[in-house]
Amino acid sequence: MSTGAPEAAVKTRAWAGAFTDRENYVKLVMLTCASVAILAIILIFLFIFRESLPAIRDLGVRNLFFSTDWRPNVSDPTAGNYGMLTFIWGTLLTTFGAMLLSVPLGIGAAVFIDQVAPDRMARVVRRGIELLAGIPSVVIGWFGLILLVPAIARATGTSGYGVAAASLVLVVMALPTITTLSAETLKSLPIELKEASVAMGATRWQTIYKVLLPSAREGLLIAVILGMGRAIGETMAVQMVIGNARAFALSPFARTSTLTTRIVTDTGEASGIFRSALFAQALVLLLIAMVLIILIRVISRKREPA
Amino acid sequence: MTEEALENKMQIKNLSMYYTDFKAIEDVTLDVPARRITALIGPSGCGKSTLVRCLNRMNDLIEGVRTEGQVELDGENIYQPGFDTIGLRRRVGMVFQRPNPFPKSIYENVAYGPKLVGIKDKEKLDFIVEDSLKKAALWHEVKTILRESGQNLSGGQQQRLCIARVIAVQPEVILFDEPCSAIDPVATQLIEDLMAELKENFTMVIVTHNMQQAARVSDFTAFMLVQEQGEPGRLIEYGDTNTMFTNPTDERTERYITGRFG
Repeated sequence: MSTGAPEAAVKTRAWAGAFTDRENYVKLVMLTCASVAILAIILIFLFIFRESLPAIRDLGVRNLFFSTDWRPNVSDPTAGNYGMLTFIWGTLLTTFGAMLLSVPLGIGAAVFIDQVAPDRMARVVRRGIELLAGIPSVVIGWFGLILLVPAIARATGTSGYGVAAASLVLVVMALPTITTLSAETLKSLPIELKEASVAMGATRWQTIYKVLLPSAREGLLIAVILGMGRAIGETMAVQMVIGNARAFALSPFARTSTLTTRIVTDTGEASGIFRSALFAQALVLLLIAMVLIILIRVISRKREPA
Repeated sequence: MTEEALENKMQIKNLSMYYTDFKAIEDVTLDVPARRITALIGPSGCGKSTLVRCLNRMNDLIEGVRTEGQVELDGENIYQPGFDTIGLRRRVGMVFQRPNPFPKSIYENVAYGPKLVGIKDKEKLDFIVEDSLKKAALWHEVKTILRESGQNLSGGQQQRLCIARVIAVQPEVILFDEPCSAIDPVATQLIEDLMAELKENFTMVIVTHNMQQAARVSDFTAFMLVQEQGEPGRLIEYGDTNTMFTNPTDERTERYITGRFG
């Protein structure tokens, strides 16, 4: 450490070498992390596909996916019927019901946070909604079971369990996603758009629904789709209030099941082709999720040039 | 132009404005003559944009803004309690620094204002759109693409679209907040020509960084300045543009217009 220039060069090289080594090391770690995620999704997909193959092969696509006849036989699985259409329908119906309420509520709350509320109040509401997202679904399901189901029972003279109760529980689950993402989208709009509208003599409300919401259309759609994904995948809270029947739901107050709740309900006693049919349900869930993700990609790509 | 008695469209009287505790402009008194172009010049941060935004109360959008003094439009104080700001902004339109057409078609951009006041008749809207685009010297470039997005136009075209959009509500005053700072010289030329034509029917105020532009387009010029960092912007000198640029009274004005500071 005393001979000046040559040593400095050596030091630099040594350091550069160490840096390169470390860089490679870090790269490797990152690559491993990324690979684990990619590998996990590929393996999950392959595994689920492989496990559902026997059901698809033995029962046929029609009897498995497009039949409502779900009568599993626990002791002799091959003697049962495994049509899952009832549960696909249950998933779609509860999700649709949830969206009916959570989309206007979520976007409305987002507009309130971003455009209407004074800063401090907006912060309080935002924190509240973030907190809502952190509540475990079993707790929300519990509330549904204790408060919602009896209330619906009293109001309609039914058991109270069913699609309506499940949808309402899902509203609470999807609301934070839709609100937070919608608020982000609105926030990212250029201030010039709002100014242009206000300077034309538009009221605040006219500016919101004629300029801001249409300008944010793609982002809002993505928020809704992600909220939908949340609703489709939710299991625990729905299972507690939907009634877990095998009947095809024709009324919002009918007990039924969704794909997720059926898997949870039956998985304990399923074996053989019965078990495989449950995997086929998981496969359908996975496909729905993929369609939603592709939709988001398409919408985001459309948004890019603008 | 023959000398005629100038009628004041707007009068700013002892106006001060605060952003919460920070005083942005102090005690500005300025007349805006009808059917003339008044230019506000001065270095960055001197409060000229803030001042022009007081004329249509755009500053109301910002939390914590407070004003003292008055701004009169045809003799009526626009800051009096209960004054209709929506109606005010229809009478005092604004063109912004960055062209800001809505992500809607060219037609819908221009029809936006008329539709706000409840005009639904298709023929009437068609007429307003065509007329406004003609007055903004944009009609011939866009008449075949009215249904395309206004955001696909070039920067200069977008700015003229924004002018057409303002014209469509038939305001009495048009405020220009550095309208050419984001567009090229050729497009700037077009907009300056346009302003000269619009002078027949509209009172205009233009904020500009560009002194040549002020000299070219305006009839009257006001020079604003912040003396020391942290002080509010004040009006230093005001007069007809020729005098301001050839024979300013204040030494600071002279130093600024000759490019010796700012």
